[in-house]
Amino acid sequence: MKTVYVDNNATTQVADEVYEAMKPFFCELYGNPSSMHDFGGSVASRIEDARAHVAHLINADPSEIVFTSCGTESDNTAIQGVLSANPGKRHIVTSRVEHPAVHGLCIHLASKGYQITEIPVDEKGMLNVEDVRAAITDDTAIVSIMMANNETGVIFPVEEIGNVCREKGAPFHTDAVQAVGKVPLDMATMPIDLLSISGHKLHAPKGIGVLYIRKGVKVGQLLVGGHQEKGRRGGTENVASIVGFGEACRLAEYHLEEENTRVRAMRDRLEEALLANCRDARLNGHKTMRLPNTTNISFEYVEGEAILLLFNELGICASSGSACTSGSLEPSHVLRAMGVPFTAAHGSIRFSLSIYNSDEEIDYIIEKVPPIIERLREISLYGRG
Amino acid sequence: MWDYSKTLKDHFLNPRNVGEIKDPDGVGEVGSLACGDALKLMFKLNDEGRIGDIKFQTFGCASAIASSSALTEMAMGKTIEEAGKITNKDIADYLGGMPEEKMHCSVMGREALEKAIANCNGEDSGGVAQLEGRVVCTCFGVTEPEIRRAISENGLVTVEQVTHYTKAGGGCGQCEADIEGILAEILGTSREEVFAQEKPEKKRLTNIQKMQLVMETIEREIRPTLKRDGGDVDLIDIDGDTVIVALRGTCTNCPSAALTLSSVVEAKLREFVSDSLRVEVAS
Repeated sequence: MKTVYVDNNATTQVADEVYEAMKPFFCELYGNPSSMHDFGGSVASRIEDARAHVAHLINADPSEIVFTSCGTESDNTAIQGVLSANPGKRHIVTSRVEHPAVHGLCIHLASKGYQITEIPVDEKGMLNVEDVRAAITDDTAIVSIMMANNETGVIFPVEEIGNVCREKGAPFHTDAVQAVGKVPLDMATMPIDLLSISGHKLHAPKGIGVLYIRKGVKVGQLLVGGHQEKGRRGGTENVASIVGFGEACRLAEYHLEEENTRVRAMRDRLEEALLANCRDARLNGHKTMRLPNTTNISFEYVEGEAILLLFNELGICASSGSACTSGSLEPSHVLRAMGVPFTAAHGSIRFSLSIYNSDEEIDYIIEKVPPIIERLREISLYGRG
Repeated sequence: MWDYSKTLKDHFLNPRNVGEIKDPDGVGEVGSLACGDALKLMFKLNDEGRIGDIKFQTFGCASAIASSSALTEMAMGKTIEEAGKITNKDIADYLGGMPEEKMHCSVMGREALEKAIANCNGEDSGGVAQLEGRVVCTCFGVTEPEIRRAISENGLVTVEQVTHYTKAGGGCGQCEADIEGILAEILGTSREEVFAQEKPEKKRLTNIQKMQLVMETIEREIRPTLKRDGGDVDLIDIDGDTVIVALRGTCTNCPSAALTLSSVVEAKLREFVSDSLRVEVAS
């Protein structure tokens, strides 16, 4: 059975070019970049090449790029690092729809006595910048608001948020894990102080991330130890993955247009067909202010885990915001924050595409999904035709 | 991804007895759209007074659909007295076991069957009479008798297990202390036996031993419970048999802090360290 992978906001296929670029760094060029000999030292220059590729993708200076182990580490370093650099301030502004990497950290920090303000979103998943302005106080240590939502793809107006933060004098961090490679970024002009990126969301392997730290922004270290990354992140560099990340960023720059044309067209076609061919289906999230690859659709009166398992029988890989998939008893905090009724949240499915999807795959999904939804509605005691 | 048994997957992919019965003898409906799963069960008795036809309609995940399907197969051909003896554990066993987090699906099946039988017997169809009672979990509408029955029938010992089986405590989590209390009451003496092996022998302790044991117990037995709710506790001092602590995090302003102190902190310290300990909050 063929696998039709439309779960790219969960993780992505490593690009062939990335894999090839990484290969020599396992068994041949395995030296430690900190070593005094040429064998190790020569590896250091390859790390700097990768850093330059990352910097170029977001138009930053290479010195502002710090390699980490994942998006979660980048988020933790940004938030905890700023808090430790400004110990007098005890207030954090964030949104109600953050990824668990930020949301969970904020809950943890609340238990340590920090005050957290969560900015609400409307029914389209959009926040109001004026709410951010009103939330920032003299005690605010950091504002951490994501660039694009992992569940709905909704893109927040981070430039406006950043400008408000500048006015109020609060450092601004954004988790851009889902946005990088799909949305053009220009750190030279965007008012963002800290930005998290994850490798495995843009066709690099799992286990590598980046934190962009604007020059002059004070950030304490999360991983304390060696002098690596100019003392900003201890630990021997994950050389192969860093090289892979660099290559992935080089490719991402090249594929940015395709993401916004061909991938967007496939997404739109899939979305329109499913909304038209399945009764009681609704779109979750803003229709235009959205990543080009993501659509989140609720099929009312049926439950997400059951849908995914029937998809699985046909090789279709997607995700759900249903409670039952996670083992929790409540559906996605993102959909609940948007006021999506529980009835719809339980039946929500996220399709997230990539440049590796084809029109044939979209045809296949469009053909297979409506009968699956109908089959479950035949069993369900609600919403029968 | 859940580790479902082959039988469970089969009942999900090929559910038996889906549909409705005209003029059923008994109908039972449990759950709701908001809760994420709901089941309507109906049956008709044959001339011998046995269940001759049984059908279900289920909104829910794979294990909810499979539990419903299995239940109809199990009940078919039984008298209602026999069918009334089917427990949630029987349903789970019939399916070759199911993940603990999903056990509430089997509980829902059993409840629907009970309701349908009560309805058939002409009892108030509004609910199963003996399971009405004080609502403990307001998020999912779970009553104390329902929780008590799940605990005793399935041998549950932790709040987490109660949540997996009944959903109680799976929403806002405010009823966790309440569930803890019910568990403690039911387990009472039997709890002593359950933990007999893990528990250190209570003997006369030197002050240093006592201090160490108090710290260990706070770390191992108390912190995890409080942290689930975003709370925490710090040991401030030990003065004879008085342990002085400070509640942190969400415990600081929690209206049930006093209850937490006596039912969690003091109870655990007495259980694991010494029966004569008293706990006070640092002023």
